[in-house]
Amino acid sequence: MSASETTVVAGSGEQPARPAAPSGKKPRRRSRAPLRARLRRDWPLLLMTVPAGLLLLAFHYLPTLGNVVAFLDYNPYAGDTPLQALFSSVWIGFGNFDLIFSDPAFWQALENTLTITVFQLVFFFPLPIAMAILVNSVLSTKARSFIQTVVYLPHFFSWVLVVTFFVQMLGGAGLLSQELRQAGVDPPNIMTDPDTFIVLVTAEAVWKDAGWGMIIFLAALATIDPNLYEQSAVDGAGRWRRLWHITLPGLRPVIVLLLILRLGDALSVGFEQFILQRDAVGRGAAEVLDTFVYYQSIATGNYGFGAAAGLFKAVVGLVLILVANKVANMIGERGLISRS
Amino acid sequence: MVGSFLKFLALSVMVLVVLIPMWSVLVTSLASRETLAEAGGSMVFLPKEIDFTAYQTILSGGIVTRALWISTLVTVAGTAISLTFTVLAAYGLSRPGSVGHRPILFYFLLTFLIYPGLVPTYLVVTGVGLKDSLWSLILPTAISVFNLVVMRGFFQNIPQDLLDSARIDGAGEFRILLRIVMPLSKAVIAVVGLFYAVGYWNAWFNALLFIDNSDKFPLQIVLRSMILLGQSPQFSGATTGSLPPTESIKMAVVVLTILPILVIYPFVQRHFIKGVILGAIKG
Repeated sequence: MSASETTVVAGSGEQPARPAAPSGKKPRRRSRAPLRARLRRDWPLLLMTVPAGLLLLAFHYLPTLGNVVAFLDYNPYAGDTPLQALFSSVWIGFGNFDLIFSDPAFWQALENTLTITVFQLVFFFPLPIAMAILVNSVLSTKARSFIQTVVYLPHFFSWVLVVTFFVQMLGGAGLLSQELRQAGVDPPNIMTDPDTFIVLVTAEAVWKDAGWGMIIFLAALATIDPNLYEQSAVDGAGRWRRLWHITLPGLRPVIVLLLILRLGDALSVGFEQFILQRDAVGRGAAEVLDTFVYYQSIATGNYGFGAAAGLFKAVVGLVLILVANKVANMIGERGLISRS
Repeated sequence: MVGSFLKFLALSVMVLVVLIPMWSVLVTSLASRETLAEAGGSMVFLPKEIDFTAYQTILSGGIVTRALWISTLVTVAGTAISLTFTVLAAYGLSRPGSVGHRPILFYFLLTFLIYPGLVPTYLVVTGVGLKDSLWSLILPTAISVFNLVVMRGFFQNIPQDLLDSARIDGAGEFRILLRIVMPLSKAVIAVVGLFYAVGYWNAWFNALLFIDNSDKFPLQIVLRSMILLGQSPQFSGATTGSLPPTESIKMAVVVLTILPILVIYPFVQRHFIKGVILGAIKG
């Protein structure tokens, strides 16, 4: 790092080429130019980060501070602007949280969320790995890139579109029902049955994203040394033993990384997907934490309550991701947050 | 033998499960009323003729036409803004050891851990007066720090000697970015641009939150209200009594929603591995 930076010369156009190595008045750190010289050299870089930084300030960090609403009896009509309303609302401490934790609908939403997360961890998560191994074994480059082109595609469809496809294929007025009816069979209510909703949303998620999920595993598979396979084949290892002893260990870092990310996101299960279908299926099965927040706040004007539920989710999510990262580091994986 | 047959079967299922619905939607959108009725009223699978009536209906100046323009405008303007600011910030953060590098990088990366939440975001966006403004569909989601990190990783892989020699020749950072770094980074710029464009084109929930005025509805909102809510909006500019939309009309809207993605996707797809994975892993 320092090697390349000491060779960097003064930045702006008029500056003559001159090594920025310390000329030594007050070197703050060893082999570094004084701050003023570095500023003169680096100000364009600083300037470049400003627009993006300001956007994040306005639409990420400012709302983060706005979570104080969770501790208010927030009345949107108490002022002309949300800020005025904020200052004229009453501070009620953890009152909103008391309300949430005594609301059975909240616990129902939390339970639904966690059930769906666990279900998808079992039935969705391994699928891209298996698909990647399968596609990787296709020898023809042409066939392989055709398959990749097709299965990546639904990732770029909106949730409105994905749900539309499912409705048109499997819904009451869709292709499947139409064919079944013509064959004299009563079509099932796939799109509206709360009991099988968890299978439906998982199928939708698989259709949309399992193919795209392969991409990172395919990249990891490409880095496995092919000699390993040859040697183990010479040693008499069969296809399954090679899968177990070479392929899966090669994928391990990626699998761990994605598991951490998924765990940190355990309380999110696809926001738009659920809002789009909640009314067709009913709250009993389709209310998850995110939809609960939406319907309890913006849809009804009960901002403090909804903000508290959202804050609960954000804090738990933060704790989860830090814990998962810690665990990954303990078992010797690189993890998500590493200081390198 | 059995193994390779099963493999072929599995791969075919993977491909067909994507292609069959798309095929059926396309065929239905091009079916005439008679073919549609013959097939049972909802979806057509085997094409009989090509009938563009549905497309003529929705493109003759009604709500779908307007939504198409709105979505195009938001996507083009949004992608331009996002890409510009992301390229700038990614380059600004690509040199460890520059002034303020660590704290600024931390400022950006911290957004991965802290999620502001729906309600405060809603209050801020409406509070700064963006309700019912198309800016509400652009500014809050303009910067994806993930894309920024991917791009930064790519920039850092560019040989430093190249940049250093340009600096010795007296080129400023802006000129280096424009003349050297960006031409070498077409792959990552294409991929990140696609991600942003698709994000804007597909955004539905932000419009649900912030846009109440039906003159400003983007395509996804219209698609949802037509198909998932079963509403029948006004299609043509003329105020004649409108017929309920046939499945052909609905499916024509679906095709229009997919079309831009299908058009751009093949050009960008070949860069996926090169542009994204490298950046993501190194970053």
